[in-house]
Amino acid sequence: MPQTLKACTPPPNPMAPSMTRLTRFIRESADVFTFDLAPERATPFAPGQFNMLYAFGVGEIPISISGAADAPDRLTHTIRAVGPVSAALGRLKAGDQVGLRGPFGVGWPVEEAKGFDVLLIGGGIGLAPLRPAIYWLLRHRAAYGRVGVLYGARTPDDLIFVSELEEWRRTPDFQLRVAVERAGPDWTGDVGYVTPLLSKLRYDPGDAIAMICGPEVMIRATALALEDAGIADSRIFVSMERNMKCAIGHCGHCQFGPLFICKDGPVHRYDRVRDLLAYREL
Amino acid sequence: MAKADEAAAIITIEGLQDLLRAIRAGGYRPIGPTVQNQAIVYDDIESVDDLPRGWTDEQDGGRYRLARRDDDALFGYSVGPQSWKKFLHAPKLRLWTAERDGENASVTPEPPPSDRLAFIGVRACEIRAIEIQDRVLVGDLYVDPHYKALRERALIVAVNCGQAGGTCFCVSMQAGPRVQQGFDIALTELLDGTEHIFLVEAGSEEGRALLAEIPHRPASSREVEAGEAVIEHTASSMGREMRSDDLNELLMSNLEHPRWDEVATRCLSCTNCTLVCPTCFCTSVEDTSDLSGERAERWRRWDSCFTMDFSYIHGGSVRASAKSRYRQWMTHKLATWIDQFGSSGCVGCGRCITWCPVGIDITEEVRAIRGCDTSAGDWP
Amino acid sequence: MKDIADLLRHHPFAEGLDEETLALIAGCAKNVVLQPGDYLHREGAAADSFYLLRHGAVALETFVPGRGAFSFLTVKSGEILGADWLIPPYRSSFDARAVELTRAISFDGKCLRGKCEADPRVGYEMMKRFIPPLVKRLQSARMQALGMYDATNA
Repeated sequence: MPQTLKACTPPPNPMAPSMTRLTRFIRESADVFTFDLAPERATPFAPGQFNMLYAFGVGEIPISISGAADAPDRLTHTIRAVGPVSAALGRLKAGDQVGLRGPFGVGWPVEEAKGFDVLLIGGGIGLAPLRPAIYWLLRHRAAYGRVGVLYGARTPDDLIFVSELEEWRRTPDFQLRVAVERAGPDWTGDVGYVTPLLSKLRYDPGDAIAMICGPEVMIRATALALEDAGIADSRIFVSMERNMKCAIGHCGHCQFGPLFICKDGPVHRYDRVRDLLAYREL
Repeated sequence: MAKADEAAAIITIEGLQDLLRAIRAGGYRPIGPTVQNQAIVYDDIESVDDLPRGWTDEQDGGRYRLARRDDDALFGYSVGPQSWKKFLHAPKLRLWTAERDGENASVTPEPPPSDRLAFIGVRACEIRAIEIQDRVLVGDLYVDPHYKALRERALIVAVNCGQAGGTCFCVSMQAGPRVQQGFDIALTELLDGTEHIFLVEAGSEEGRALLAEIPHRPASSREVEAGEAVIEHTASSMGREMRSDDLNELLMSNLEHPRWDEVATRCLSCTNCTLVCPTCFCTSVEDTSDLSGERAERWRRWDSCFTMDFSYIHGGSVRASAKSRYRQWMTHKLATWIDQFGSSGCVGCGRCITWCPVGIDITEEVRAIRGCDTSAGDWP
Repeated sequence: MKDIADLLRHHPFAEGLDEETLALIAGCAKNVVLQPGDYLHREGAAADSFYLLRHGAVALETFVPGRGAFSFLTVKSGEILGADWLIPPYRSSFDARAVELTRAISFDGKCLRGKCEADPRVGYEMMKRFIPPLVKRLQSARMQALGMYDATNA
């Protein structure tokens, strides 16, 4: 089963955020930024879980945690400014406050994946929810087989975690391939879609677990490519996105067929969603 | 609250008045059916005089009219547009207030209400609906403190339906008309031209205590039989029916059925069905701030899966077509609800049929899909 | 020194190909080495070659005035390069530029077409090898054209 870390005693007012202090702000690209929050109490989370972040007076949005799960006193989030709340969060600086609820949801199957080759495939900002899993695998490297990360982005300018990508590229026993959809003359890396890079990774499809995060179109294409490569659909995990208002299964917005993305996901086993993904506008 | 477990008693209208008085004396705020705006509306009541004496309702797809009865029945209607949902799961609720002072902000949650509500005249389908909302709002890891506070303190005086409405189908959903559990007191109204009395069962310790406070006498076996006959008559005169034992499988294997396109040509996406539904629980939140930016609030309000905003994610709405929104509502209500919460989300109250401005009938839609089950290969 | 048929035999393109056909098409092939920056073909020029990359990487690109060369696909070792030699009037649609030291087997397009025409069985064997990567590439190109990476805020 995918990993989950649920509060033993859920808060009496699960809709009320607690205020946290922003301690570090990093600009990743033109529209993506990362910041760290210092919660008042240590906030343990599992890779792949998300928080609800509140910009004072503006509103609240679900954002996956993008930092390491072994530092529960620091919650890192990587956000693309696309709406009023994310834009407001992007205008904050160190010392400002952010409202926090969470963590919520079911994360990546990092425990279940022990002993397996692990493939992580991220598209766009979808690399951010995968990063805690990458950290986890690197920290517990001996517990896993071969590890490969594929990352697709629009252009070289859209890449996030750039210095870390360089670090991972140099990490022994760790495969990283990055592809952009189009590139200018300065780019010497791969150009193309992310799925063909699968053939460049070394792994045993009969003994591998895959984790995908990105836009739904990319998730569907990548899951099919993984199946074609011989990975069982029950060993493919996908992180999904839907409108969320409460994150606790009460508001109804994030339903996907019988599933609530907020509490049954966001990470789902692919064999449990593949039929649903086939229907438009479900 | 438990199943009725002791011999029924009889009270008179005066006894009912005494019951209301005892309920109020117990610190409760009695809420019951009243006639307002040409409909039966649940509101605060003082006495039996506030009840819709002599009124009934005529209901059909897209049609609701009050009409005079030829007797003085107090509960001689089926169900009005509103359900008890509006009291337990408020249409609009402030969740918290935040204040900012310099660099520090603090959030103060709205305290849970302390009201003790007494619901007078709750029908079997409505008790089932409350139990279904319990499962959603207090039955999982996270609990809605406002709902919980009201629900735990609420007193339920139920009524066995004396007549079936034109859009009723609680029998099909095994939700009525007999009140079976989840009540403190259950009434069956008996009028035979000479007498106007109520057969009473207590369903809880609190109900028994209340009954002990008011004048009552044991029911005769003839009166108990008369009460049974009322319920049986209601059960046998449902305005609608719908086979419900296979709906999860039927609907989920017909997600591309042409009927969804057809119903979408009629559905106005007006959200009426979701607002009148006693189990629909979806909400949205609205964040506000004052002009100084120092004070902010979050409000929760009922939302509906029929709006475009409901499924909005960056770039657009997941359910952009009316077809997909109607399909979401109906498949959730009748099918995926079972996966999520262990029961159907429908209690057969018929409100969504009555209050649909174009009279879309959920039982008819199910029949149409069943009539040519595309998963069985019989495409039209 | 390995001969060309030997190099060919070790390329994924030739996997499962019988020796006779292998020898036949090897007659159209030669070994090439490209330095970074070398062009394999240029946009608008005659498309008379077909390549099997053995090592290195080649960028398919087009020049945008004022912005420079924009790449939309990197072809890597083990893959095939060039489709325009298959269809009249055999003209290259894009520039193909080696981005690192690249070793490849280069086929004379006209020679290979001639052998396919002469023996449809050989032609069909070739088609079975050309079409899958081209279809995969088309599928990826569609995903790239949709530009969906920005459609999520997961």
